Amino acid sequence: MGFVIERKDELLTVAVDGQLVVGNRQEFKQLVLDEVEQGARRVLIDFTDTGYIDSSGLGALVSLGKRIREHGGELRLSGLNEDLRTLFELTRLDTLFRLYDARNDALIGF
Amino acid sequence: MEMPPLQWSIASDIREIDAIVAAVSEACVAAGFPTKVCRLNVPVALTEALANAIVRGNKSEVSRQVIVCAGIVDDTLCVEVTDEGAGFDLVAVRAMSDDPEWVNREDGRGVFLMHALMDRVETWCDHGHTVRLVLRRA
Repeated sequence: MGFVIERKDELLTVAVDGQLVVGNRQEFKQLVLDEVEQGARRVLIDFTDTGYIDSSGLGALVSLGKRIREHGGELRLSGLNEDLRTLFELTRLDTLFRLYDARNDALIGF
Repeated sequence: MEMPPLQWSIASDIREIDAIVAAVSEACVAAGFPTKVCRLNVPVALTEALANAIVRGNKSEVSRQVIVCAGIVDDTLCVEVTDEGAGFDLVAVRAMSDDPEWVNREDGRGVFLMHALMDRVETWCDHGHTVRLVLRRA
């Protein structure tokens, strides 16, 4: 499990490799917040290589979405497979986030 | 197919969660549960139950134990997670999902997900607080 970060000017891309769960959500959240503090405003979290997300991981995304908006930025999510989309639909978080099938789709106009 | 019961007694440390979740999910794969169930329903619901037991029930005090028993009998997975806490009102926690503002909350989805992803969730207090997750093979 781990996170792969790419940063170019205001654009931050974080790929989640493995799970986003109670055991690593704090590390993930702090990693993104540090980048936002350093000027990242367009944040894309890519779940192409993600197994599953628990409620702690979902909560971290909600928290980050708020913080990024407070800084005048935007959070987008990409690469969610059918299982992960089910999670977002069950929790109605598909209404809170902009979800994209692929990373390249999310980067259009971002 | 049945599997012999799996049992763990772990310290209240969230780093203990992954190994248990992996073992139970693998048992479900071996028992022929659907792929989506093994990749999503079981790992997420069990992670929620274990995290609740460790963080809420036992307040992350490592000296407190969490007992986990898992088994598959008659095409039905049953997992019991017992902590040393006093438990919580399952109905009240579930009701939070009816709140329009629930979607904006950073917490409060764990119990909801357990119910959404399992066929049945039961809780009781008897020498600790137990959550039982039950899921039939489709």
